[in-house]
Amino acid sequence: MNTTAAPLLDVAGLTLKIGGSGRTVVNDVSFQVFPGEIVGIVGESGSGKTLAARAVMGFIPPAVRLEGGTIRFDGQDVMAMSGKDLRAMRGSKVGMVFQEPMTSLNPSMLIGRQLDEGLALHRKLDAAQRRALILDMLKRVGLRDPEGALTAYPHQFSGGMRQRIMLASVMLLKPALLLADEPTTALDAVVQRDVMELMVELTQANHTAVLLISHDLGMVARYCSRIVVMCQGDVVEQGKAEDILARPQHPYTRKLLSAMPHRLPARLLPQAKTPIVAVRDLVVEYPGRQGFFRKEQAKRALHGISIDVQPGEVVAVVGGSGSGKTTLGQSIAGLVKPAGGEIRFNGKPIARSDAAYWDYRLNCQMVFQDPYSSLDPRMTIGQLVGEPLRLVPDLGPAQKKARVAEVLAEVGLSDGFAERYPHELSGGQRQRVAIARAIVRRPNFVIADEPVSALDVTVRAQVLELFDELQKKHGFSCLFISHDLGVVEQVADRVIVMQDGRIVEEGPRDDIFDNPQHPYTQKLLAAVPGLESTGEGGVRLFWRRAENDASIVG
Amino acid sequence: MSSDSTLGTGASVKKARRMKPPAPNAIVGGTLIGILLLAAGTGALWTPYDPLKLSFREKLAAPSALHWLGTDEFGRDVLSRLMAGAATSVWISILTVTLAVVMGTTIGLFSGYMRGWTDRIIMAFNDALLAFPGILLALGLLAVVGANKYGIIVALGIAYTPSVARVVRGTVLSLREREFIAASRVMGNSEGFTMARHILPNCIAPLTVLATSMFGYVLLAESALSFLGLGVPPPAPTWGNMLAGSRPYIGQAVWLGIFPGLCISLTLLGINLLGDAVRDRLDPRMRGSR
Repeated sequence: MNTTAAPLLDVAGLTLKIGGSGRTVVNDVSFQVFPGEIVGIVGESGSGKTLAARAVMGFIPPAVRLEGGTIRFDGQDVMAMSGKDLRAMRGSKVGMVFQEPMTSLNPSMLIGRQLDEGLALHRKLDAAQRRALILDMLKRVGLRDPEGALTAYPHQFSGGMRQRIMLASVMLLKPALLLADEPTTALDAVVQRDVMELMVELTQANHTAVLLISHDLGMVARYCSRIVVMCQGDVVEQGKAEDILARPQHPYTRKLLSAMPHRLPARLLPQAKTPIVAVRDLVVEYPGRQGFFRKEQAKRALHGISIDVQPGEVVAVVGGSGSGKTTLGQSIAGLVKPAGGEIRFNGKPIARSDAAYWDYRLNCQMVFQDPYSSLDPRMTIGQLVGEPLRLVPDLGPAQKKARVAEVLAEVGLSDGFAERYPHELSGGQRQRVAIARAIVRRPNFVIADEPVSALDVTVRAQVLELFDELQKKHGFSCLFISHDLGVVEQVADRVIVMQDGRIVEEGPRDDIFDNPQHPYTQKLLAAVPGLESTGEGGVRLFWRRAENDASIVG
Repeated sequence: MSSDSTLGTGASVKKARRMKPPAPNAIVGGTLIGILLLAAGTGALWTPYDPLKLSFREKLAAPSALHWLGTDEFGRDVLSRLMAGAATSVWISILTVTLAVVMGTTIGLFSGYMRGWTDRIIMAFNDALLAFPGILLALGLLAVVGANKYGIIVALGIAYTPSVARVVRGTVLSLREREFIAASRVMGNSEGFTMARHILPNCIAPLTVLATSMFGYVLLAESALSFLGLGVPPPAPTWGNMLAGSRPYIGQAVWLGIFPGLCISLTLLGINLLGDAVRDRLDPRMRGSR
């Protein structure tokens, strides 16, 4: 990279404020992107990273006011551009890939037409030439049948394929700069890596610079040559990727790095005679659509799953989307009726007697993924946490109140939180409430379905720490469902890998992570880079599977 | 009914209300409805003249200091009759809306929560009822139950039930996929408790908006039925039968038609403005707090 050349994008002193309240959302932000370079902006939600990047395109939401600073693209001031020049720049010189592949393509337009739109607008080519270009590009992004794709609609493709198509439509115009706003966040780990790799390959081939916006430090560190770290509207640190990882200067960068999940030493659990929860040959089927005249075949989501969870053990279930891991959690929790199989609690089958069922019901609790939808918006925190106690026999109102206060203190929400409503709380606080609600009855078994996936990196670290603390204190067993291998590596005693409704591999955590046997486990592990602490606050990036290192050069 | 009492209760709503000044449509709508309620309340207890008292000496008198809005063909005071009519109309509308909301909510909750065949059968019946215009349905029902005050309430209440059922069912369907419903079931709560504790309270916002706008429709429908001679039988005054009665005299006593018509129009305007304001006020909160 030739850093002496003029920067392609030069943002200097950019300051954005919210019109009404005057709150500064982007404060004196300066960074540069040179031709052909990949620059990452990392930050948590509310850091202003998306706003700063969108300002480059001249997309500033109506409520946001430009206070100061300049954005120069290729020497031209973006803020001073006329509407016509701005439109000419968008698409043809600056492309953008969005986070959500499900909504960034127009669902009522054929893929061929959508890809043609930009070309027809910005390039003087005839229809046959455009078609040839489009076909060539679709082939390059890895579509098996480019001809067929031209006359297909977006809903006929999976999320990963749509993101490839989106990438194709942007790269068709060979822009000088590509803005990628969390391009792979909505995708599966395995697909994520493929799409990122494709993006890097395509942009390098066209000498396109990339501004990658992400909350995922591992991914940014992996693909970017330079990193800009943002926190609450400020750039706190920027520099070469290696330098930032190895020698972070700003406390916030250090906090971000230390928040990355890390493996803790393996625990020794006493082997009990009977597992607390034993699942035998669990089969779940989703009925097909039933119309008045036809009946579709039922879809089998789980093919005979058997799991034992020992007392005090944390068992992680990992797998891509569609692997059936969520269905497994829901059927064990009793939300989905299994078509076959048996669940035993403390050695007693729960389906056989009411007493065993209620024993299980009171002892099995669940923490859900989305803290925004798992709390009833019309109840206060105190009511929410106290609700499970309603079904506990022999507990007076005073005792209930004391228990709620105790549990809220345990999750760090003691000061007056009981009177508040969920919408007054942040995502991390809400998830603490959800955890408090799950443990208020002192259950023996907790199912956690992606409990930290919706949270920011540093909040996630705090919630995981809290969860770990509570688990040790109360000794409940846990079925921890997650797609995030980093998190699983930190919390799990034992790991179960699922694919297509079947268990493909299971074993102690260290065995699975260090010596995976099944190809799918190997693929999963290969998809996500790990970060390893080097001591003195820095980290080192490594791939979990050595044989992959040869195939990618960053 | 001021703008405040139509909103849901709870500290969060109070807080939201404190933060934002009322919108212009809330002020205008609230004022109009306030006047209506004041007139109806007063009209039920006291009117300047007896609304039923005939006085042939003063028949078809133009508005004057004595009779502010004039008198009708039997010399009855129009203002007194409008006030008494407001009391009748508002009372009928409130009872009708309550009836429709209670029946519709029960059906909608049941149907949305049960799903499957129960839902399909109830909704097929519901949709068949929705296919008829409300007023036509009410006309048919009135023929069965008889044209009097309570007949109107029953007929209009049944006619407006399907739309409430639809709205409640839709809300229930989206609510029951939310994780807090799953959380309630994992806790071991019964289906009935989950419905009452978690689903019903969350239906209040859309129901409030629907009930507000329905109040206006019912008032209009009641007037229309009375105009057609199927409403509250004379001599009891309602806005609809006053409007109907003014028709032969439109050339000589224009105030007979104008004032009841104006009352109906202004009330509908007020209701619609207020309904808009209530919806604007409730929507962002629902989105913000998710």
